[in-house]
Amino acid sequence: MSNNEKMYDNRLGIIGWLGGGRWGIERYLYIIHRLAGVGVLIFFILHIFEGNLRIFGPEIWNPVMKVMEHPVFKVGELFIIIGFAFHALNGIRLILIELGWAVGKAEEPVYPYKSSLNTQRPLMVIMLLLAILLIAAGGFDLMFLGH
Amino acid sequence: MRDMKSEVGYWTFFIIAGIVVFVLLFFHMMIIHMDQLLGIFNPAGGSALDWKNVIYRSHSAFFTTIYIILLAAALYHGFYGLRTILFELGLKKRTQSLITIAVWVIGITLFSVGVFANIAVQTVKAAV
Amino acid sequence: MDKENQQKRDIILHIRRFDPERDESPHLEQYTVKVEPGMTILDGLHQIKQNQDSTLSWRFSCRMGVCGSCAMLVSGRPMLACNTQILDITDRALTLAPLPNFDIIRDLVPDLTRLFEDHVAIQPYIQGQDAEEMENPTGEFFQTPHELEKYLQFSYCIKCGCCMTACPTMATDREYLGPMALAQAYRYNTDSRDRGYESRKSVIGASHSTFNCHYAGECSNVCPKGVDPARAIQLMKRDLVLDYLKLKKRKKACRVMGIPSDVERKPSIPFPPYTVEQK
Repeated sequence: MSNNEKMYDNRLGIIGWLGGGRWGIERYLYIIHRLAGVGVLIFFILHIFEGNLRIFGPEIWNPVMKVMEHPVFKVGELFIIIGFAFHALNGIRLILIELGWAVGKAEEPVYPYKSSLNTQRPLMVIMLLLAILLIAAGGFDLMFLGH
Repeated sequence: MRDMKSEVGYWTFFIIAGIVVFVLLFFHMMIIHMDQLLGIFNPAGGSALDWKNVIYRSHSAFFTTIYIILLAAALYHGFYGLRTILFELGLKKRTQSLITIAVWVIGITLFSVGVFANIAVQTVKAAV
Repeated sequence: MDKENQQKRDIILHIRRFDPERDESPHLEQYTVKVEPGMTILDGLHQIKQNQDSTLSWRFSCRMGVCGSCAMLVSGRPMLACNTQILDITDRALTLAPLPNFDIIRDLVPDLTRLFEDHVAIQPYIQGQDAEEMENPTGEFFQTPHELEKYLQFSYCIKCGCCMTACPTMATDREYLGPMALAQAYRYNTDSRDRGYESRKSVIGASHSTFNCHYAGECSNVCPKGVDPARAIQLMKRDLVLDYLKLKKRKKACRVMGIPSDVERKPSIPFPPYTVEQK
């Protein structure tokens, strides 16, 4: 095959991260994990500056906390809780998988094939349930009890 | 041809930082966002974000140490993750090394800002 | 209508065509194929080439899921055309496209050069402990069934490229080694006869390699041979981290089984009669 032959670049690009619709659930968890991670990182950088306001004493701190009571910030905080709870618990699942504790051992492939995805699925269900529990508890506290 | 710089050390600390952040942020969330449900670490009572509670935690050596460890671990974990995502965009080698430098500079700057605030707050008086 | 024709159904195949001499970008073309039960996608393509359009091109060789030439994107999912029966997937229409993440040479033929370059990069051969023994063997390397099981699953790989297509990291990262090459690196690293881990480490431990796998798990879902590259890559991450933390167990030396000296050959077993007359 000569190199000067014209070929069409068929790379999927970023759209390939999102998948086409016939993919497994782990693939969607991967993309949500990524989005949640970036979201929490942006919040965290803002949060460093927000928390640092306490060096200016109560005259600045208390009015800022009043502003944070606004519904816009409340909804924002709710998103952070959702993002963090998901990223944290899915992250624990990924750490267990990546350090080889949840993918099982190599086995003889017998049709219909079972893969490491089947091995880790109970863990995935547990982690997602825990994430939902955390989101419910944190969201309840945020929305109805305070911040 | 192929970049041979080892990523194993970076990645191992990324995972360790992730676990540290998980443990510490778990308590952080318990204290701040479940204060009404659990009511821990609020010596002055009421909301965790009341000035009295905030300044109490800021003046405690335990919380200051924890804040700094959490800051370092979270910044490392977050920025390494961001770098991984950016590296996967198929950028040029030169851009990739620029990203690595930029991530280090921004990370260390933010860390310095946070550490400065944690030390400066010690001199702020608790009384209103 | 006789009974044989009753079983046949008209299935519409939308095929992504690209001719490098005429087209700027690929376009879809529509063909109708008479499909009977048991017909594979490969059979359908042959039928189109024979009866409708002789310019259609694709790659195939063994027709039975062994060679890995005919992987293509069937209704958005990579699979082997020879291994998939049309009526198993659809009863109306399906779309055929070349494997994405590779350049298209023509129609359904992807340029797999990168796949093989990546495979070469991880040194896919056994690098023995004893060069002299490898060159002039005095016996066989001894391997227990347990040691065999550790890598056997990953050695079923046929290099069809399905996993490279399904991987989300492959979609953007031009330098990423890909699930196939990484799984093969693990296959050779775990082989009890192999001592190549140290020389492979610089490739699999670098950027755009093992740690750019984030367990989307799609490679294992689409693998037509059940190789499970995702599992191999996670186990390799464990190896790399344990090695970094100096916790990795050293491999035991692989014994050489010499020719037994205290046994006698059976007295000459007669050669079976020739079935063809000798000249």
